[in-house]
Amino acid sequence: MPFSLLKYGLNNDYPFEKDADLPVPSELKSSYDVVIIGAGGHGVATAYYLAKYHGITNVAVLEKGYLGGGNTARNTAVIRSNYLTSEGVKFYSESVRMFKELSHEFDFNIMYTERGQLTLAHTDAAVRSFRQRTEVNKHFGGRTELIGPKEIQELVPTLNMNPAHMPVLAGLWHLDGATARHDAVAWGYAKGATQRGVELHQLTEVTDVIVENGKVTGVKTNRGTIKCGCAIQAVAGHSSLMAAKAGFRMPITTYPLQAMVTQPVKPFLDPLVSSSALHCYVQQTSRGEIVFGGGSDPYPLYNTRSTLELKESLLAHAIEMFPFMANLRLMRQWAGITDMTSDYSPIMGLSPVENYYLDAGWGTWGFKSTPICGKTMAELVASGGKVPDLIAPFAMDRFDVFRQVNEMGATAASH
Amino acid sequence: MKIMHCPLNGPRNISEFVHGGEVREMPNPATCSDREWADYVFYSDNQAGVITEWWLHAPSGYWFIAERHTVTDEILKTYDPSEIFNQRVEFSKEDAAAPKEATA
Repeated sequence: MPFSLLKYGLNNDYPFEKDADLPVPSELKSSYDVVIIGAGGHGVATAYYLAKYHGITNVAVLEKGYLGGGNTARNTAVIRSNYLTSEGVKFYSESVRMFKELSHEFDFNIMYTERGQLTLAHTDAAVRSFRQRTEVNKHFGGRTELIGPKEIQELVPTLNMNPAHMPVLAGLWHLDGATARHDAVAWGYAKGATQRGVELHQLTEVTDVIVENGKVTGVKTNRGTIKCGCAIQAVAGHSSLMAAKAGFRMPITTYPLQAMVTQPVKPFLDPLVSSSALHCYVQQTSRGEIVFGGGSDPYPLYNTRSTLELKESLLAHAIEMFPFMANLRLMRQWAGITDMTSDYSPIMGLSPVENYYLDAGWGTWGFKSTPICGKTMAELVASGGKVPDLIAPFAMDRFDVFRQVNEMGATAASH
Repeated sequence: MKIMHCPLNGPRNISEFVHGGEVREMPNPATCSDREWADYVFYSDNQAGVITEWWLHAPSGYWFIAERHTVTDEILKTYDPSEIFNQRVEFSKEDAAAPKEATA
């Protein structure tokens, strides 16, 4: 808990933060050392760590919409590290560790809540894969164990242990599983970055990337052209379109992912529960609403529209897991645009264009990696293109040499 | 539910169809480099606009081609693959020329 929160709690006045707002946007300068395209969690986190650890503050974060208005605001705010490959587990574990400290670091409550995440296995094959994930996780210091139906029933008494005639055989119980307020993460980073001198320009769309002799030299925006020493694209669902402006293709396909939330009810569900066989993950927020989401849509699209067929199947599966939810009303529905890679791991690091760095391919696993992604991308930029070991396995050219990092089996809802 | 017009079966619910990826020229697997093959398998233009892609009508096992707008989700046109693929594609011979007829 941040100390300022305690101070507010003991204060007689309304807890008003004097410097709560971001600085008033200035005019764009003609040149920056670093231009970050996209002010989602990842973009502002990179700016924050560049300023904090590397003293690089001549940085502009350009955002065509508003701060944290894309997938940062549209994910289901799950934080976990129970992945399958050692590369993945190492990377996400570090992120979980950083998340735990973020409220203190920002002195701003991101509402990080460690509640544990439970993934259900309905087949022998899933049990085997969970056993492997448990061991890989433990090996890298994560708290994950395989539990049986009795323990599952104790953890989640309201769970139907035989949903859709697929009995729950075992569960992957990940004690490090957590949730946090996603908007607050973006605000905390943005505030920290701008206080250190980084410029955040909202409503500033990058319309073209200027590449000369294979090297990025600037970007064109709707507010004029600016020069830059290097650029980072952190634009999530629009990664392929931004890469096309820089003149290369990416191993990414863009799909919408729909999620929804019910009316609030009394607390009944502490852990985050997911079932890959039912393509559904369910959690109760601190407000009592039940958030649930599933896999990406069945075909590629750049559109956040809502479809009846996905709602029908997702609701049916959620009700199979928690039958009493049939009596609840759906309150909101939304979609994010996910940039899916074929191995379900991100693309970070160098691009075919010199000094143009990639932070893409975040599909459905972007929010949980925000801190570590920002930190390693900042290291990459500050070192002038020396890829940190932690993210080296996620280079885009892994696809050229058929060295994928397969995390498909470790998604909460296999897509 | 969204309706797609199958060239063989007429208008059907979208849930009966399976997306099969963009129509693009396949390099000759016997002669192309690993990089070219990786490009074909993994990389994509992933455009926001009208694209030409493969679809399967699952109940009848029928593959066809659709032109679809990836922003508006509008299906503009569907047709039988024979309109594009009008020659036999030879994979067996090492010196077989790469198929030229598949164009997106």
